[in-house]
Amino acid sequence: MKTIWTLARMTFREAIRRRIVLTGLVLGLIFLAVFSVGFHFVYTSASAEIPTAPEAIDNLMKNEFVNMIMLAGLYAVTFLSAAMGALLGADTISGEIISGTIQTVVSKPIRRSDVILGKWLGFAILLAGYAFLMSGGTVLSVWLLSGYTPHNILTGVALIFLESLLIMTISLACSSFLSGLATGSVVFGMYGLSFIGGWVEQIGSVLQNDTAVQVGIVTSLLIPSESLWRRAAFEMQSPISAAIGMSPFGTISVPSPLMIGYAIIYLVLTLMAAISTFNHRDL
Amino acid sequence: MTTPAIRTEDLRKEFGDKAAVKGLTLQVEQGEVFGFLGPNGAGKTTSIKMLLGLVAPTSGTAYLLGAPIGDRASLARVGFLPEHFRFQEWLTAHEFLELHGELFGMTTSDLNHRCDELLERVGLAEFRNKQLRTFSKGMLQRIGLVQALMNRPALVFLDEPTSGLDPVGRRLVRDIIHELREEGTSVFLNSHLLSEIEVTCDRVAFIKHGEVIRVMEMSALNQNISMLTIRASGLTPEVVSALRQWGDDLRLDSDHLTMTIRGETDLPAINRFLVAQNAQVYAFTPNRLSLEEIFIETLGQDGVQ
Repeated sequence: MKTIWTLARMTFREAIRRRIVLTGLVLGLIFLAVFSVGFHFVYTSASAEIPTAPEAIDNLMKNEFVNMIMLAGLYAVTFLSAAMGALLGADTISGEIISGTIQTVVSKPIRRSDVILGKWLGFAILLAGYAFLMSGGTVLSVWLLSGYTPHNILTGVALIFLESLLIMTISLACSSFLSGLATGSVVFGMYGLSFIGGWVEQIGSVLQNDTAVQVGIVTSLLIPSESLWRRAAFEMQSPISAAIGMSPFGTISVPSPLMIGYAIIYLVLTLMAAISTFNHRDL
Repeated sequence: MTTPAIRTEDLRKEFGDKAAVKGLTLQVEQGEVFGFLGPNGAGKTTSIKMLLGLVAPTSGTAYLLGAPIGDRASLARVGFLPEHFRFQEWLTAHEFLELHGELFGMTTSDLNHRCDELLERVGLAEFRNKQLRTFSKGMLQRIGLVQALMNRPALVFLDEPTSGLDPVGRRLVRDIIHELREEGTSVFLNSHLLSEIEVTCDRVAFIKHGEVIRVMEMSALNQNISMLTIRASGLTPEVVSALRQWGDDLRLDSDHLTMTIRGETDLPAINRFLVAQNAQVYAFTPNRLSLEEIFIETLGQDGVQ
């Protein structure tokens, strides 16, 4: 356990020293700034357009509108966190094998699994910081500008973090037997697959086309990242937009809690596969 | 009888259908400085990696300090400096050694003490808190060596430890190897610099295509006398011709005579003969084969890099 922590700290330190954290933070702040400015203008003009409506309806409409914009922002945050996860994991094992730094680590009296778990833990801490800062920042900026807070913020944000964690774990696992570039291609390809599968399922659900829904479910089983986002959106969206139906960033076909359980098992198995591959690899 | 530092039996590694190491059988005693010689691609690095558990052998067995390879308790007593070592260059010298010390399972106080002691020894004490990215190649090689010695190992693997080092650095590595031997540490040295092997090793193994071709005690090198040079006056044709009984290829150039001889044991007889013949001997110099000549003789011309 001590070794895992030593390696996690080292991974963390590497991310700071190689300015990965700094770049992530600067770009994250730029994102939040752009989102806040955009939200401010959209919100003020939208508020001005329905002056005649009764106050209750006005508030209701505003809330719906604000919720939609906030979910759009969180959707972008989810993508950025997942991309961060993919990039952190992609070159880590393969890069260290190529540079040879792994040799003096693995020849120490440690388990090889400690190397994988240490890196995973280090990245998980980084991603947690990133996902919570970014989604927290988005929700905070919406609240500051409009006074609106969504339901189940913590569950939603936790699911966004879980998605980035899942992508990072897949990336780490691929990196234990593929090159950094190949890992990147595979992970982004899988992410894209999951994305399109999610939309096929949503549209299929609206059109009540069972086959399309089945296709979506199968892709969710292949890679459950998008279904985590859809569950997060479901947790945070307003009840009315769920009732009205299709909204670009809300969700209609809601992944069940079982899917969340599946995603967690998927993550654990992927991590075990990463350990097993690395255990048998010549370095 | 003490446990050997390294013992391998028919260790073999195949990559695809190509055997990188065909069947390595050797034994290195504790406290011995052992040289591992062979041309590039002879399987030296792969052999070391198998011993350290980095590469899984296809077949065969090996023991480090009495335990099967991969045993964590024995790895805690082993140090390793890989060839072309690259570093976690974003770390400072102290952080880098702290990482490796912790991986060895050392306590913080022991680790800090050892770190200061070794940085002092290799002349890097003032760079303790500098990031490795600012280090020169020679400094990196030295810090890599320190990393391998953090745990006061009983056995150290040094894969080309002097590559990239200037003469001062090479001298330092040589001195450290001598110190290790005095402390009873076994050293497994893989180097292309034969002159270095010659002055540091107790024994050497010549390997080719992943097999040990020959193992030689370095003290035997000194007995391996093959040439004799004599500078003397009074070397009459009779004397010269009589000298043929001890060797061949006699060549006389005024008062210089060179000849090949069979071995060191004949030297006293030759000397006595010259004195008895009233030759005035000014110099009597036996020459041994250099390790380089033995290397080429053992491994063939294709072994020369």
